[in-house]
Amino acid sequence: MTGEPFNDFWLGKLSVDSLPYVELLREPNSSTIIGAFAASVVIFGALALLVLITLFGKWRPFWREWLTTLDAKKIGVMYIVLALVMLLRAVIEAVLMRAQQMLAVNQDGPLSPEHFGELFTTHGSIMIFFMAMPFLTGVINIVMPLQIGARDVRFPLLNAISLALTAAGGVLIMISLVIGEFSTGGWTGYPPFTEIAFNPGVGVDYWIWAVTLSSIGNTLSGINFSVTIYKMRAPGMTWFRMPLFSWTALCTSILMIFAMMPLTVATLMLALDRYAGFHFFTSAMGGNMMNYANLFWLFGHPEVYIVILPAFGVFSEVFSTFSGKRLYGYHSLVFATMVIAVLSFGVWLHHFFTMGQSANLNAVFGIATMLIGVPTGVKVYDWLLTMIRGRVRLTTPMLFSIMFAITFVIGGLSGVILANPPVDFAVHNSLFLVAHFHNMLIPGTLFGMFAAYNLWFPKVFGFRLSEKWGRVSVWFWSFGFYITFMPLYALGLMGAMRRTVQWFEPQYLPWLIVAFVGASLIICGVGSQIIQLYVSIRNRRQLRVSGGDPWDGRTLEWSVSAPPPEYNFAVVPEVHDRDAFTWMKQHGTAYSAPRHYQDIHLPKNSMVAPVICALAAAMGFALTWHIWWLVITSFIGIWAAVIARSFSRDTEKTIPASQVQEEHESWLSRVKGLSPVERAFETTPANQGLAEGVQ
Amino acid sequence: MRYLSACCLIAATPLLSSCGSQELGFLSPAGPIAEAQRSHFFSIAGWTLLVIVPLFIAVPIALWKYRLGKKDAVYRPEWDFSWLLEGLIWGLPVVIVAILSWNVWKLSHKLDPYKPIASDKPALHIQVVSLDWKWLFIYPEQHIASVNHVVFPVDRPVRFELTSETVMQSFMIPRLGGQIYTMPGMTTQLHLLAAEPGIYRGLNTQYNGESFAKQKFTAKAVSDSEFDNWVSQVESSPQLDMGRYNQLSKRSVVDEPIFFGSVEPDLFSQIITRVKTTPAASLPGSVTAINEGD
Repeated sequence: MTGEPFNDFWLGKLSVDSLPYVELLREPNSSTIIGAFAASVVIFGALALLVLITLFGKWRPFWREWLTTLDAKKIGVMYIVLALVMLLRAVIEAVLMRAQQMLAVNQDGPLSPEHFGELFTTHGSIMIFFMAMPFLTGVINIVMPLQIGARDVRFPLLNAISLALTAAGGVLIMISLVIGEFSTGGWTGYPPFTEIAFNPGVGVDYWIWAVTLSSIGNTLSGINFSVTIYKMRAPGMTWFRMPLFSWTALCTSILMIFAMMPLTVATLMLALDRYAGFHFFTSAMGGNMMNYANLFWLFGHPEVYIVILPAFGVFSEVFSTFSGKRLYGYHSLVFATMVIAVLSFGVWLHHFFTMGQSANLNAVFGIATMLIGVPTGVKVYDWLLTMIRGRVRLTTPMLFSIMFAITFVIGGLSGVILANPPVDFAVHNSLFLVAHFHNMLIPGTLFGMFAAYNLWFPKVFGFRLSEKWGRVSVWFWSFGFYITFMPLYALGLMGAMRRTVQWFEPQYLPWLIVAFVGASLIICGVGSQIIQLYVSIRNRRQLRVSGGDPWDGRTLEWSVSAPPPEYNFAVVPEVHDRDAFTWMKQHGTAYSAPRHYQDIHLPKNSMVAPVICALAAAMGFALTWHIWWLVITSFIGIWAAVIARSFSRDTEKTIPASQVQEEHESWLSRVKGLSPVERAFETTPANQGLAEGVQ
Repeated sequence: MRYLSACCLIAATPLLSSCGSQELGFLSPAGPIAEAQRSHFFSIAGWTLLVIVPLFIAVPIALWKYRLGKKDAVYRPEWDFSWLLEGLIWGLPVVIVAILSWNVWKLSHKLDPYKPIASDKPALHIQVVSLDWKWLFIYPEQHIASVNHVVFPVDRPVRFELTSETVMQSFMIPRLGGQIYTMPGMTTQLHLLAAEPGIYRGLNTQYNGESFAKQKFTAKAVSDSEFDNWVSQVESSPQLDMGRYNQLSKRSVVDEPIFFGSVEPDLFSQIITRVKTTPAASLPGSVTAINEGD
């Protein structure tokens, strides 16, 4: 912009015009005020964090215990923290969009069309890539190794690097609030709209690099998790003794390996179009945007199951645990999960029935889509039958799961409707579609992750979350969901289209008002979760469950202390049954001291991951703004860090048997001092993490 | 099947009466395609409800009957399988999906947007070019064209042939049926028919930039004689030559419909050829073209 070669070299396309404050001064209106406010929140949030860490003198523990750790459980926690921060941002964006649509019937709303376009793009991209994916990856990191009786994941450093790449993508999407703009191309980023001829700004580039970083991180996670499950199960844990959550983690990991790559390829090809004048997806010179649509949905549809299968695993654990009963139809559920995983690769075309392909092709993909409904329906009934003949306790995770089961099938209904090409022609791109996928992803993925958060929080931190505020959050989220999205179904049937910044049909207004009220309830749900966390930390003494088994758990993760030792198990357990810990409790082998202990080898901390995170974020930023010296420097830096690490021989630390013995026996003696709690009192302070079985 | 959808319709009346009466979407159809979409919508919903309604009933019952506080209920913590139930929960969805699949196969062919609508009248051919943010309609047989306003006779099939000169868009007249993508350098087809005269809302459903929300057109179904009158009226409008077309294809919103009394021959195929051979940045509709300004 400046035209000065010096600035162009050092700053690329950056200039003062890229700051939202300059835009605000130039054109003060509600849209730029909101933009400048959002930027300020990011800046002050980051500053406040730095100041607080400095004030409390926590830089050293923060670096040693968290940033450089290779402990899967801590990496999992960091993934979830990232997911929750991003969730907060994306929910606020959602409420802004609802407000805009409500206020923009036959008039201009508070937001400019460009701003609205950025909002729906960041909302979708964040919710998928930086909320759902990190959340489930975090839960898998924490729970899966414990459930299969492993000490860690197979490649601990790779695990940290996956997190580093995902976090770098998240950093980019946050920076875009402060410097420059974001894409308006939607989370799908369809060309030719996202090509340079129609979108010359940096927005699409931010989107490309944020998504690319996250997709590489996820591919690596998939490899890591699946190898862990193949190779590191405890003795006696055969395939059909593996808890269902670990099964779904395996299926999701396999999907990640195969589905993430088409996305990486698609975004990189789009980048080549934009940066190097290629013609993969342009309209001229032989390019064809349909190739992008196919590549994107070849990722995009399995992605739906990547984010939903782990939630299915969580629900399976929750229904079984809180019914005090074995999971009904375990083999059926495993089979259904596998069928879903395989079928998910054969349905992508249903995202664009309207592209003009032949009726044969549409019909085949429509039928394949409906086929997925079969195993999904089976799962829901298996969960229902798990409750039957059990002793059902309505705790927060269980309430989330029940609200899921009831709500999810409504999404299934609209899904079967959309799977029919002739009907899809009438509602494609409409708010009916928007309501449908929120109806799958909010009860499906999000409620699953919230259930997991409430279920496993005491395992990770040693104290339960406040039950009262947990329940409040369930009701706000559930009613908020219905009140927001049922009107969107109606609006879609009335021909209201998605991504619309302004309406000219006054009949839509009442529905839009109701939807806004629902979105406000959802914000209250988020608020009650923040209060829940605050209250629980404040009351952590009453909520302490040091015994490690607050819910009368059935699988191995409940057999160790809460929080678990860094090495997970003092001695790797022997598995005799699908519900391994229930078996141990019934046969009196739980909480027993082994005859002898052995030294345990764990990976040492490594600063490679935080270095890669910083350099990858810098590289993404530099690519976005065409700052080539920084691109080259950070690219070399990333590989230098990886190569330097490969020369290091000193990567393991040893925890001596004596220390393991001491820690384990002190925990066992603490457990002996606890009084077992009946299930009726599990949400009271009487619950110290030692369970008395249901009678 | 018809009874099923009738039941479903009654159940959903409170919701749908409000949508239907407002005559905006395919639930208040004005042609055979939307009509078929509507009835198919209800029949699928009815069949699927067979799977999900039992769950709505069973979940509250199970929660009540097997709650922790109810000590006299059966408690069998080891019970985890039954062949009978397993057969039922796999079997019932399989049967329903099989029925629906047969239906999908039949209807996908019957309602294929490329399939001409059977009628004793010949189809009216209209070429559609989507631009940012407006619709150009070319009548190759009548040699006229219009922007954001399309008129066709009632009860006569219309064959739309569509392309785009900018990004991908999607063409839809909700009460008649739809929709189909318009893509640069490619053509798609859509066959519609209006069974009753009226003015219908038409729109683009695929986001294409800042004025996406304003990219609407009106579709007017009129009698044969009114259509002929309209054509002869339009014939007195100016000519759509390449110069005017280039002006039109710049990014802009058109508030009032524009009419053209004659059209450069083969304009539609010229547009497709030029999109395929000219880099998008050099087309008048690109952002860069605006920056270079006039």
